[in-house]
Amino acid sequence: MGIATSTKPFVERVEEAKKDKFMQASVAKAQDAQWDKREAARKELGNWEQWRDLGEQIRQHVIKYLPDYLEEFADNVEKKGGHVFFAKTDQEATEYIKDLAVKKAVKKVVKSKSMVSTEIDLDKELMKLPGVSVMETDLAEFILQEDNWDEPTHIVFPTLHKNRDQIQKVFEKLGYTGSNEPEKMAKFARKYLREYFLQADMGVTGCNFAIADSGMINLVTNEGNADLTMAIPKTQVVVMGMERIVPSLKEAEVLDNMLSRSAVGQKLTSYCSFSGKRTDDESDGPDDFHVVIIDNGRSNALGTQFESVLQCIRCGSCLNVCPVYRHIGGKGYGSIYPGPIGAVLSPVLDGYEEFGDLPYASSLCAACTETCPVRIPLHELLIEHRHVMMDKLHTDHSLTNTIMKTIGVGTGSPILFKSAMFGANTASKVVSHHDHDSVAGFLYETGRIGKLHKPVPKFARGWTDIRDLPQPAKSHENFRHWFKKHKQEQAAKGGK
Amino acid sequence: MKVAIFSTCVVDLFFPKVGQAMTEVLERFGCDCYLPENQICCGQPTYNSGYLKETDKTLHNEIDSLLSVDADYIVGPAGSCVAMLRSYKNSLKDDPEYAQKAAELADKSYEFSQFLYRVLGVVDAGAQLDAKATYHRSCHMTRLLGEATAPFVLLDHVKDLEMTPLPNIQNCCGFGGTFSAKEPEISQTMVDEKVDSVLSTKAEILISADPACLMNIGGRFSRRGEKIKIMHIAEVLNSNVDVKRIKYKKDIEKVEQ
Ligand code: SF4
Repeated sequence: MGIATSTKPFVERVEEAKKDKFMQASVAKAQDAQWDKREAARKELGNWEQWRDLGEQIRQHVIKYLPDYLEEFADNVEKKGGHVFFAKTDQEATEYIKDLAVKKAVKKVVKSKSMVSTEIDLDKELMKLPGVSVMETDLAEFILQEDNWDEPTHIVFPTLHKNRDQIQKVFEKLGYTGSNEPEKMAKFARKYLREYFLQADMGVTGCNFAIADSGMINLVTNEGNADLTMAIPKTQVVVMGMERIVPSLKEAEVLDNMLSRSAVGQKLTSYCSFSGKRTDDESDGPDDFHVVIIDNGRSNALGTQFESVLQCIRCGSCLNVCPVYRHIGGKGYGSIYPGPIGAVLSPVLDGYEEFGDLPYASSLCAACTETCPVRIPLHELLIEHRHVMMDKLHTDHSLTNTIMKTIGVGTGSPILFKSAMFGANTASKVVSHHDHDSVAGFLYETGRIGKLHKPVPKFARGWTDIRDLPQPAKSHENFRHWFKKHKQEQAAKGGK
Repeated sequence: MKVAIFSTCVVDLFFPKVGQAMTEVLERFGCDCYLPENQICCGQPTYNSGYLKETDKTLHNEIDSLLSVDADYIVGPAGSCVAMLRSYKNSLKDDPEYAQKAAELADKSYEFSQFLYRVLGVVDAGAQLDAKATYHRSCHMTRLLGEATAPFVLLDHVKDLEMTPLPNIQNCCGFGGTFSAKEPEISQTMVDEKVDSVLSTKAEILISADPACLMNIGGRFSRRGEKIKIMHIAEVLNSNVDVKRIKYKKDIEKVEQ
């Protein structure tokens, strides 16, 4: 399915998410815990805003000179005897990797966590080959795989929607008999995976950063499984989005530091490695080393107002602060890239037809923009998507569209607004029935709340279905009227 | 000092008392207030929905109107709308006729509590209110306008007012302008969590510097049949004022020395 995780329409996904109280509680808990950890880790580093400036500059620079850096990187990989393949589409990428597996008579593939491999459906494609099995070795991805290939709901914590009891059930199918303690279950999984590792003949990893001037792959993990995936199998495939590149180790160091603190609130993750093809003086590492660099829609952003989305280092912190993600979770978005980054990126990669709803799934609170370590103006890009859809593509022919255009006219013309303001009270009578007593116990100092009686205009219904609307001020009681009188009184008193 | 009041459409339509309180407080501190006639709305409803073309006229009108009185400052009772005014500078930077005016507008626009604290240097507005309250921090005021201090300092100095911190203060209340009407399902879960957070503080009064958030949270309180008193910060700072209590930043610094 590519990046889509559901075929249901957006409203249905939201409906389902709303009912899933467990998911909401676990996302909220994780968000709150991450908030403290992340902010503490950033504070400890000091001068966080300047670090963000630096992070942004590095990423902007790379995106600006992307073709040059990709060429430099590819040259350096090839100089060391590795291979580089540029895939325009997901299909080109999976075909290349499948061909390689066939050529090498691969039986067992081990994989470490990689969003881009999920994006191109690599697991499922590889398993189409006769006799080939695939094992996810990241603990969370392993759980998803064993739970009938469930979809990830977070780019850093893929199983955020599952609780330990659910995980225990998944493991019991594999012969686990212990309790639901995370440590015990992790130990079981590790043992289970270790055996598989030793037999694997192909390893697939993602890539946090590709180092242009050395051709090395930088991986940042907490489980060490990615390093084993790199070290044990003789054939190694790295899949990476084409923007995932840095000029040299120096920039990787800066970004790793920011990534660890932003993603998991750690100074540095437990494992942070730089590797590539095995050299003659090394005892382990792959003999056959392939890097598959994937476009798959990323170049849609190049040279457009959405270019900055390519700066993303997939830290997930915009998901962790997002109040919408908090309530609808990853499944609500219906993309493997959920949250604010997903709402910006998914339509860039796959178009508005599939993901046109996502840019509206935001209150534009800007928590994402505030937290992004590389300063992607996420909430502005959401408005930009709305702009493209409304002003340029005219995708919305609904009533809302007419109303927004009318508001545009109304708020641009003082005469129309005044007649609306001074007539607001009378006009609203048609749809609202002011009844003080009907609003039990509500003390609204600043405006009066009136209960609206149906029918209300379709556009306002979203508001009045769930909350009461204050009664518009009567024209002789509104602020402008008061102000005029107030000024007259001052003048009469000989004041100003 | 001459101040042009940026009344905002929400206050014009729904909350006369907020405008009145703000005017009275400003006058107490010696501001000569004007209310530019032709102002309407900062343009967020259409702009944030992606209707940029339709918004241009709104922005132009707002600029012409607010600059029509030759004021030293422009002050508004809504952090979100003031943040929008300031953003004109960027969104109209290529508009040959309006770029400069937009920059001028941005440079002298302030949210009410921000103006009191940062421009006038007030820390104690002289108000008194015997109650337990909590404060809702609006997202746009905090993140886009960058004002996260002024309202807290001013409220901390209100005599007899006990301020209780709001849990998860960083989370949006779910208003988001047209978002609340377009995505009511999501908006509801957000505002419900906010209502629950407010209830958990046991506060009698919910205060904010953004009337639109108050309208949203208050509206949900009302629908759920829960009790709360809603006040805009200008109303709080205009309660039972004794001018002898007024204190400026410089007074405090003197004490500290
Ligand atoms: S957009 Fe920014 S905050 Fe979100 S995942 Fe990417 S780098 Fe992290």
